[in-house]
Amino acid sequence: MSVEVTERSQPEPTTERTPLVRIRGLRKLFPITRGILFQKRIGDVHAVDGVDLEIFKGETLGLVGETGCGKSTLARVVMRLYEASEGTIEFEGQDITHAKGADLRGLRRDMQMIFQDPFASLNPRKTVGSIIGTPYRLHKVVPRNTIKTEVQQLMELVGLNPEHYNRYPHEFSGGQRQRIGVARALALRPKLIVCDEPVSALDVSIQAQVLNLLGDLQEEFDLTYLFIAHDLSVVKHVSDRVAVMYLGKIVEMAVGQTLYRNPKHPYSGALLSAVPIPDPDLAAAKKRIILEGDVPSPIDPPSGCRFHPRCPNAQFPKCSEDEPKLLPHHPGQVAACHFPLEDRAIIETPAGG
Amino acid sequence: MVEPLLEVKNLTVHFPTDDGLVKAVDGLSFSLLPGETLGVVGESGSGKSVSFLTVMGLISRTQAQIEGEIIFQGRDLLTLPIDEMRTVRGEKISMIFQDPMTSLHPYYKVGFQIAEAVRVHQKVSKQEALQQAVEMLRRVGIPRPDERADQYPHEFSGGMRQRAMIAMALSLNPDLLIADEPTTALDVTVQAQILDLLDRLKQEFNASIVIVTHDLGVVAEHCDHIQVMYAGKIVEAGDRRDIYYQAHHPYTWGLLESIPRLNDTETKERLHPIQGLPPSLIFVPPGCAFHPRCPHVFDRCRTEVPELLPADGHHASRCHLSLADKERIFQEEVMARS
Amino acid sequence: MGRYLIRRTLFMILVLFIVSVITFIIFVKLPASDPARRAVGRSTSPENVEAARHAFGLDQPLYVQYGRFAKGLIPWPGLFLNEDVYYSYANFVPVKEEIFSRLPVTITLAVGAATLWLLIGIPIGIISAVRRGSIWDRAAMVFALIGVSAPVFWLAYLFLYVFWFKLGWAPPSGIPIGTSVGEAVFQGVFILPWIVLSMTFAAFYARMVRGNLIETMGEDYIRTARAKGLSEKRVIYRHGLRAALTPVVTMFGLDLAVLLGGAFITETVFNLPGVGQYAVRSIFANDFPSVMGVTLFGAFFIALANLVVDVAYAFLDPRVRYT
Repeated sequence: MSVEVTERSQPEPTTERTPLVRIRGLRKLFPITRGILFQKRIGDVHAVDGVDLEIFKGETLGLVGETGCGKSTLARVVMRLYEASEGTIEFEGQDITHAKGADLRGLRRDMQMIFQDPFASLNPRKTVGSIIGTPYRLHKVVPRNTIKTEVQQLMELVGLNPEHYNRYPHEFSGGQRQRIGVARALALRPKLIVCDEPVSALDVSIQAQVLNLLGDLQEEFDLTYLFIAHDLSVVKHVSDRVAVMYLGKIVEMAVGQTLYRNPKHPYSGALLSAVPIPDPDLAAAKKRIILEGDVPSPIDPPSGCRFHPRCPNAQFPKCSEDEPKLLPHHPGQVAACHFPLEDRAIIETPAGG
Repeated sequence: MVEPLLEVKNLTVHFPTDDGLVKAVDGLSFSLLPGETLGVVGESGSGKSVSFLTVMGLISRTQAQIEGEIIFQGRDLLTLPIDEMRTVRGEKISMIFQDPMTSLHPYYKVGFQIAEAVRVHQKVSKQEALQQAVEMLRRVGIPRPDERADQYPHEFSGGMRQRAMIAMALSLNPDLLIADEPTTALDVTVQAQILDLLDRLKQEFNASIVIVTHDLGVVAEHCDHIQVMYAGKIVEAGDRRDIYYQAHHPYTWGLLESIPRLNDTETKERLHPIQGLPPSLIFVPPGCAFHPRCPHVFDRCRTEVPELLPADGHHASRCHLSLADKERIFQEEVMARS
Repeated sequence: MGRYLIRRTLFMILVLFIVSVITFIIFVKLPASDPARRAVGRSTSPENVEAARHAFGLDQPLYVQYGRFAKGLIPWPGLFLNEDVYYSYANFVPVKEEIFSRLPVTITLAVGAATLWLLIGIPIGIISAVRRGSIWDRAAMVFALIGVSAPVFWLAYLFLYVFWFKLGWAPPSGIPIGTSVGEAVFQGVFILPWIVLSMTFAAFYARMVRGNLIETMGEDYIRTARAKGLSEKRVIYRHGLRAALTPVVTMFGLDLAVLLGGAFITETVFNLPGVGQYAVRSIFANDFPSVMGVTLFGAFFIALANLVVDVAYAFLDPRVRYT
């Protein structure tokens, strides 16, 4: 039986602990080339363009944003699936920005990832037992003959039937496949798990099961999560802190309820107001901020505040010339905006009222 | 009494497969009034998409066993010969789909694709049809529509592509627009734009809209009347307020309780999922199809299929629990939790 | 696009260079192909052989010899397959002359077969895809299986036996000297070769069209097209086929180019004096310059066809853009 917990313990206030992951000035640029024989770099896609971030042990940091904001790229750079163009990444105090070879492999035991698409992220030609067992085989953490037992224990832990050890991914439902992904990530008892949209592709009733599972596992194994999603309601449910990204930068970060009650950055406000509320009265009371146009390309980001072309609050020339810094607002909240929103700008009624 | 625009009576759609008969839609009956926005909610396997693909004639008797009646403006669409059905499709009833990236032909310009829809149903010249296409692009809020009409779909962003699809669907002023998961593949801010657009266009074009989705938030904000589907049947139907403030079916309760909400008091609270897995459509559970997952199940549920019975007004549910029980459980458990 | 063309052309040159080097090395290493020995005949004095070797420049360093051969690759009048190097020691005729005089036969054979296989293969593929699972589909796939599996020479001899020897419907194979290619076509000499050569390709194309069309018809934009109320015919042809045929165009360009280099087996069995037959004879005669000439000739066309086909793809599929 999987672990059942009814109440969650909240992690301690962030200022008193050292971060598990510390990111400073992170930039990831993908070059755009053009040329006849020798490709010349004529520009870059600014996927991640200057991010400072800390992730504390035991917390869940939610990362929210839309297409092109860089959240997936950021996650992959943290996981060292890409190498940063600039900046530093520290894991448990060690600089891992350019780790290679054996060091990098060792890192992999501490950092794992769960992917969005439960159909595409599992090798259809391998049995479930083999998929979950691979991390054990690669890192040689337990004697070979005990791998199967370990895997079956893990399967039970995530709510799968251990007798299905020899089945193939296509014999499982979407939600079960995602559980397989979770088991695989958990195999080496990592310290950090990056969840890249882990429930977006699942049905509503299954989403809740998988989210609960992730929460239970966090309690049991003292895990730290970097949780990436585009659905604010999901993020709210799993995160201690939330960061909002836009065009490669963090535009707002807040603890607990703060972002949802009092968003300060107009983009956070727009995101919040765009989330459909399954409650007609509350939905009617919601203030709308509807943005014009589409997300601009990260190849040529706008000058000054990147959000200014679409911002309903923008004032010129300040917003088009001066890039705002992340400034504190409510306790545990920072936002990068020259003309931030008023309190309770989106959801009028205080939460729970 | 207003004449319904669309009346579906006892529709069943069964697909014969190697593994058995997939009962995708199993006895669907509802009416849609003119000017109404209907929300059809369900998860994968509920039959919501299949039912409307059948209404459009995109699933035909060559692919599935279809029984029942689909009465649209007085005619049973299931009895129409193919050519006549084609005059209905695209002109009287239009449909837009989930993924705008793959729903437009990559080799033809956007303006051409819209104009093509027009020319199939109206006798106009190529230039006229193209002009209409440009006008439609303008009405759905695409800037510089004449330039855009001359571009290919891959040159549009996701939101714009969906707008172009909507333009194409509305170009012949249909009476009914079916939107099958129209915003699922889009970013949330773009989703808001598109849904707002649909609301506005509904007024302008005087059309009825059906939004098929799994998102309870979307239907709460944009639909007047809502149907919840499970295993090929409607399990609950009612006005907006009925469903959210007086739901009468355990599946609806389960959905309402299991979705994470923005207005919850605590973060990192445990959610209340519906236990179990969605049912097989080949071996549908006997009696009430939801009974294996229902926390309020009793003997009758396992053997007898409940009827869709009205409570009051438009509100109906398919459940053996008494009305008193339904109201009590909703108040005590669901409202308290969600 | 311009940049792309330049890059591809440079690449093409590189490919042809590599092909020529490899061909050169292979034949330099083969002892039986010593051209000097061939030229002066079997029984002669070693001094004569040496003199011949000197005259042909065969005593010069390898890279110099290669340089002379490589000049023949440049498609410029006077340089292309130039006579002082590409001279057949078996027949004492310039290679260029031989190839170009035989080209009309090969072209006639290739183009005729190509037309035939398109006319047969594509419709069969379409019908198979549209009537998937039906008796037509199964019959078509059996035909495809036979066509793809049956070796060309076996088919050729079978057809000759049945249609010429037994039934007398087809004229005897070969083109007598003095008959022009045009006359030969009228006499029906090409009919059996066309059919035989096209069968393999038709089968292959039928399968390819079937597969592509089935996949295309499952795409979302087909559902949209139907939802607009388009007739099924228009959906299949305008929307489905248009996308499904694009890779077929690519294949076709390449197949045709290969055939222009000579359909060896067909020409040999049917005794057609084309480039392919010439190549076969030259190989068996160990006639190095001829083989080299035909190889480079074929390589040139295939490399060119590769480039043309890739560029054509950009016109067919607007998503593809070359920089």
